[in-house]
Amino acid sequence: MNGTARTGDLGGTIPLASLSATEKTIFDQIHSWVVTVDHKKLGLMYIMYGLLFLVVGLEATLIRIQLAAPNLHVISPQAFNQLFTMHGTTMVFLVGMPIIFGFANYLVPLMIGARDLAFPRLNAFGFWLSAFGGLLLYFSFIGGEGLAGAGSAPDVGWFAYAPLTARAFSKGHSTDYWILGIMIGGFGSIATAVNIITTILCMRCRGMTLTKMPLLAWMNLIMCGMVLFAVSPLTAAQIMLLLDRFAGSHFFDTQAGGSAVLWMHFFWIFGHPEVYILIIPSFAFASEIIPVFSRKAIFGYPVMVGATLAIAFVSLSVWAHHMFTVGMTSVGNTFFVVSTMMVGIPTGIKIFNWLGTMWGGKLRFDTPMLFSIAFIFQFLIAGLTGIMLACAPWDWQLNDSYFLIAHFHYTLVGALVFMIFAAIYYWFPKATGHLLSERLGKWHFWLFLIGFHITFDTMHFSGLLGMPRRIYTYEAGRGWGLLNLICTVGVLFQVAAVFIFIMNVLRSLRKGKTAGNDPWDAWTLEWATSSPPPEYNFAEVPTVKSRRPLWDIKHPTDPDWKYE
Amino acid sequence: MQSQPSSRRCQRAEQLKASACSFLIPPWMLWLAMAVVLQQGVLAAERTNPALIPSTFAPESAPAHSISHLAGLALAITGAIFLVVAGLLIFAVIRFRRRANDDGTEPAQIYGSGPVEAAWTTVPFLIVIVLSLTTARVIQEVQDAHKPDTALDVQVIGHQWWWEFRYPKLGIVTANELHVPVSQATFLELRSADVVHSFWVPRLAGKIDLVPNKVNSMWIEPERPGLFLGQCGTYCGTQHALMLLRVYADTPEDFARWVKQQAEPSESNPSVTAGKWVFEQTACINCHAVGGTVADGRFGPDLTHLMSRDTLGSGALTNSPQALRAWIKAPDQFKPGVLMPAMNLSDSDLDQLVAYLATLK
Repeated sequence: MNGTARTGDLGGTIPLASLSATEKTIFDQIHSWVVTVDHKKLGLMYIMYGLLFLVVGLEATLIRIQLAAPNLHVISPQAFNQLFTMHGTTMVFLVGMPIIFGFANYLVPLMIGARDLAFPRLNAFGFWLSAFGGLLLYFSFIGGEGLAGAGSAPDVGWFAYAPLTARAFSKGHSTDYWILGIMIGGFGSIATAVNIITTILCMRCRGMTLTKMPLLAWMNLIMCGMVLFAVSPLTAAQIMLLLDRFAGSHFFDTQAGGSAVLWMHFFWIFGHPEVYILIIPSFAFASEIIPVFSRKAIFGYPVMVGATLAIAFVSLSVWAHHMFTVGMTSVGNTFFVVSTMMVGIPTGIKIFNWLGTMWGGKLRFDTPMLFSIAFIFQFLIAGLTGIMLACAPWDWQLNDSYFLIAHFHYTLVGALVFMIFAAIYYWFPKATGHLLSERLGKWHFWLFLIGFHITFDTMHFSGLLGMPRRIYTYEAGRGWGLLNLICTVGVLFQVAAVFIFIMNVLRSLRKGKTAGNDPWDAWTLEWATSSPPPEYNFAEVPTVKSRRPLWDIKHPTDPDWKYE
Repeated sequence: MQSQPSSRRCQRAEQLKASACSFLIPPWMLWLAMAVVLQQGVLAAERTNPALIPSTFAPESAPAHSISHLAGLALAITGAIFLVVAGLLIFAVIRFRRRANDDGTEPAQIYGSGPVEAAWTTVPFLIVIVLSLTTARVIQEVQDAHKPDTALDVQVIGHQWWWEFRYPKLGIVTANELHVPVSQATFLELRSADVVHSFWVPRLAGKIDLVPNKVNSMWIEPERPGLFLGQCGTYCGTQHALMLLRVYADTPEDFARWVKQQAEPSESNPSVTAGKWVFEQTACINCHAVGGTVADGRFGPDLTHLMSRDTLGSGALTNSPQALRAWIKAPDQFKPGVLMPAMNLSDSDLDQLVAYLATLK
């Protein structure tokens, strides 16, 4: 970086003094990360924390090895049950949530021209709560005892259905670690959500009205609103469960007249919006990346905002589609069929708008765009299998089968993880000043894409052939053996791809091409400042006139604000 | 492309084209390969009896038929949507890729279009209406079906990790293997003794949960005699995987014969009195019942006609006196985590006990 880094054409230079050129020991550096309240450092810590657990979450590999053939005994049933419980819990709460919050943390202030989040110290508090919640959960491997006194980590499934979590069926403390670890992380999520909402509503730069805000900011605003609605009921339910387990209450204790169905309602009124909490940020990444690599403005900006709001609103009334098999009345089932299918409409609109954005553009196939195109393709399939599952009678067959596993891994891996990778390739140069290697990026993309399809396409079929989820083994002769073997082979590709990704990050941090302020020729404010941005983000708080302030600067004769 | 681009640019163009086209190949090839695998590979590879594959697309009973018809409609609609949208995506990726001879200018900026947005909102809306109405009809048809007077009643009780079946009007209690007549509706009333389970035999009907403190119901009406496999569909603890289900659809004559045999206590055989004594003097009877004896435990499967069943331990192993002996000696070895303890009987006691149990036909 030069002594004076130009901040795009928005005016202002960064004073040399701010660049910490002084020698620092490694301990000083670690200390500076621990005590930081800077949104960029916290954002990166969230993302690194999430990526660390992404690797831990590859405990799914063991699950796949155990299931590669019928009647295998690679791991015990107890260990298997712990693995899928920890895999699900980890991927949702310790990978998905931290990474999306990390990106929100890092990007929202930069994209709305703010110098930090509204409450920097609350931000640090939220991060450390989430971090310690995760550590507490994993401490259960040492500290808790599982079902039948076997093993130690939680083994009640990631949605911990009552009354399996009652003391009668879940002895020891593994379930308590599950409850407390997630509850503490949940407090952190709520704190961060409040922070991001406040920042977006109160700290946008001059000229950035709500209708001129980047879609990423809009979608994160909506996502954080949903966090407030969704995480609170889960926290409430977990407190009730703790009371059941320790204070003799009977909310979910069926042996004393409590209700198992009540827990399902509580969990899924969290659980379904949670799916959208995880997927809306991937919409946000796509809505920033696809326009830049198509060289066109996003198609139908107001419709995109409206569709996101509609998804958020409708998704609060679809939770019981996870409960079609619980024995609701036919009227109840029908209501949730209709509301669930309704979500498909705004979701479809989004896909069409991304296509509309690409239509007539000049597509550049850099790694972020490759991941984004694959995202559209996979999210389309995930949406369509979602419609199939919304047909309640068909769900009576497919619920809790491998078809369902395929469906939500299409959503959470095919859509969310692909977009997380896209976002990392896209914003890595901003955060580090170095581009990731395109060559390794392409290897990463293709291997991951192939592995993903081998593993998860296959699961649809084993589900249709009647294979339920969460079984540690299965009999030969049910027609599932070969499908499961293929499924397991796909994991190899995915693990190789993740390994290449890690190599790419480590290598590019040291040797990557210098990025400059704006390596992708993009249009939003984060590309106006240096890479990495200084602590205060912008030497001078920018003023914007349109949704694409850098377009306006690059095309003074044909600015966006004339058309918006 | 007509002009003579420099070789560097030419290379770049080829690369772009290659990446655009090869993007399309893997998923499609995989889907195709998968279809072939599904058609032939699966069956051949395992030399399996296709009738025993619990496929949701091979219905043999009324509710499963309704479901697979609905599934067919949903597949057709979503398949059509997939072809259109994926087609548009692929077309866009190929048609709108940046060309080698690109002049570096930005393409025309289009910010949106009201009519286009309206169109792609309305069409999905209409599709949703069609699919919701059809779904609502099937829900009603299956869930609110009228129960005929001739219907057989069975009570299903889920336990960790086995199934209890009670025929209240016939006085039969059995476990893990459900016998029903063909061409006659059987209405199931489902409860759970402990945690949430789910009754799922894909070829006969969709699944329904067995929830403690709640009574659910479902019905099946098999069309042909045969064995239909299924298993617990909701995670219910350590041995969720070995909570297997077998439904035997019997011809009316076979079913009548089975009922007659099950409704009576098994004949007592004087040659196994010693084994019976072992059974009654150990903790076996705390959990197990045998009709006509003092054993009336309810925590474990009823053993009155144990040897009339094909499997032990809810499908953990095939039933035979040898298997039974091994099972009693160390149940945990076949079904780790099973709630039945090893009773630590001496070999002679064990032999006598198995000899007795083997008479419970």
